[in-house]
Amino acid sequence: MAATVAPQRSTGRLMRALEHRALPVFTVLAIGYLLVPIIVMFVFSFNRVDQSLGDGKFNYQWHAFSLEAWLNPLGWPGLGNALYASLWIAVMATIGSTILGTLIGLALTRYAFRGRGMINSLIFLPMATPELVMGSSLGILFVATALPPLRGAVPTLFPFGISTILIAHVMFNISYVVVTVKARLAGFDRRLEEAAMDLGANEWTTFWRVTFPLIFPGIMAAALLAFSLSIDDFIITSFVSGTQNTFPIWVYGIIRNALPPQINVIGSIIFLVAVLLVASSTLRTGRPPR
Amino acid sequence: MRSSRPVSPRASRAWRSRLGTVTPYALLAPGILWLLIFYVVPVAQMFIFSISTGSLETGFQITYSLDAYTEGLSRYGEQFGNSLVYGGTATILTLLIGFPVAYTIAFRGGRYKNLLLFLVIAPFFTSFLIRTISWKILLGDEGPLLGPLKHVLGILPGDASLVSTPYAVIAGLTYNFLPFMILPLYVALEKIDIRLIEAASDLYASRWEAFRRITFPLALPGVFAGTLLTFIPAMGDFVNAQLLGSPQTSMIGNVIQNRFLIQNDYPTAAALSFVLMAGILVAVLAYARVLGSEQLTG
Repeated sequence: MAATVAPQRSTGRLMRALEHRALPVFTVLAIGYLLVPIIVMFVFSFNRVDQSLGDGKFNYQWHAFSLEAWLNPLGWPGLGNALYASLWIAVMATIGSTILGTLIGLALTRYAFRGRGMINSLIFLPMATPELVMGSSLGILFVATALPPLRGAVPTLFPFGISTILIAHVMFNISYVVVTVKARLAGFDRRLEEAAMDLGANEWTTFWRVTFPLIFPGIMAAALLAFSLSIDDFIITSFVSGTQNTFPIWVYGIIRNALPPQINVIGSIIFLVAVLLVASSTLRTGRPPR
Repeated sequence: MRSSRPVSPRASRAWRSRLGTVTPYALLAPGILWLLIFYVVPVAQMFIFSISTGSLETGFQITYSLDAYTEGLSRYGEQFGNSLVYGGTATILTLLIGFPVAYTIAFRGGRYKNLLLFLVIAPFFTSFLIRTISWKILLGDEGPLLGPLKHVLGILPGDASLVSTPYAVIAGLTYNFLPFMILPLYVALEKIDIRLIEAASDLYASRWEAFRRITFPLALPGVFAGTLLTFIPAMGDFVNAQLLGSPQTSMIGNVIQNRFLIQNDYPTAAALSFVLMAGILVAVLAYARVLGSEQLTG
């Protein structure tokens, strides 16, 4: 690098110029790179894709401005059902994984017990495993429940359906819930509980009146994360969904034959709802969640 | 429950101490069982399937055959190579793009810090698939990027194309995993005590020297976390290669997905998944050794 031959002072000037001018410009460009596809999604939700006008079936090229997709956001066969299934699965998986994960988080932060290291690894591993591996291995397990020697010995989970998707979603969400809840519990002041007990509350009352309200924001953050992971999951779901559609599975299936602008409309709505949720919680607490 | 508690203090203490040893396991049990049955067992089961032969109709028998491995590795070496090259290139690109961004937000973000972080995670608020489709729109032959370059500016020939090339796949992977790189880097950089850097300059370190000897080593945990969060999902991805690539740019994920879902060839799918997982594990361990584990715990 030039820095090694140039005199010290000019190197310093170069570094300073780099830091003050180049870095902010670079950052703005990089963030632009992150936002461009979202802008494209939004703009192309107003594209006219009308076969009778010769636009074809694919929303890849701009034809003309149209509100058609926004006025008729579920106007493709199967889209409404897929979206409904996605929402239902996400709600159920969120409830299940939030309960299971919060219990693990409580155990890990407030009790000393044997095997903590192993439990921590077991929580970490699913987050470090490629989704593809989790999906295919879980799919193979479900197939195996319908074949000897497991057939009859355990509940049969094949052919795939809503229940297999739900099992998978709860599985991959648990770790994220544990990590989020643990982060919240780490800064917890145990003296508040001791004070409640000193004032005559028993453990049960202390938990519900003191502990739970204090960790509730952490549980909510974990639930939101679980919900967003679940509703967006494609890779794992694709291995355990069979003929059951979810919104991402439906999108992936249809883009071979058509690309309706309704996909962009639903994507834009999900984006706006998520932004509003984060913005409102930021305004309430003064800082962004997570 | 509570009302049936014994009243004598000694009995109560004994009861409570027993409760104290049982409670953590009771809290852990449901979630851990779920993970054991639906994460650990499947991975073990996958290994058993990878050394089995059979079909969905006849059932699968453990034959200790390594055919799935030898066939899979000899036939799909190219796809494994593609995964490694595309995933590796995307990881390096996210690090090169992500580090300056995380540095700027952490040290020069000022009052825009939260807004900038919000913009970095904004892509998470929309679907992974839809973002990738947006890339396909963007990079399309007559799309918003190539269209003007060809017909308005005339820089590119009319048949220039990006979609279906490895560049499009790498661009898509880089795009999709960039926030996963920026966030841990930001967390690591943000934690750095600014006085350490000031002390370096007081001791006549140049800005470059201070960066090289203080800032960067302290940011290594973030580099490690960010690289893993990018490399692991990128290696196993098949969506970008499917939507933005061509059959020539297939990654190992596409092969596994095809073997599993289209051909119901579970032994080969299992063997390939197992090789992918083992390969990633070895790479991660080697990488942790190179970076030095004591620096990563910080």
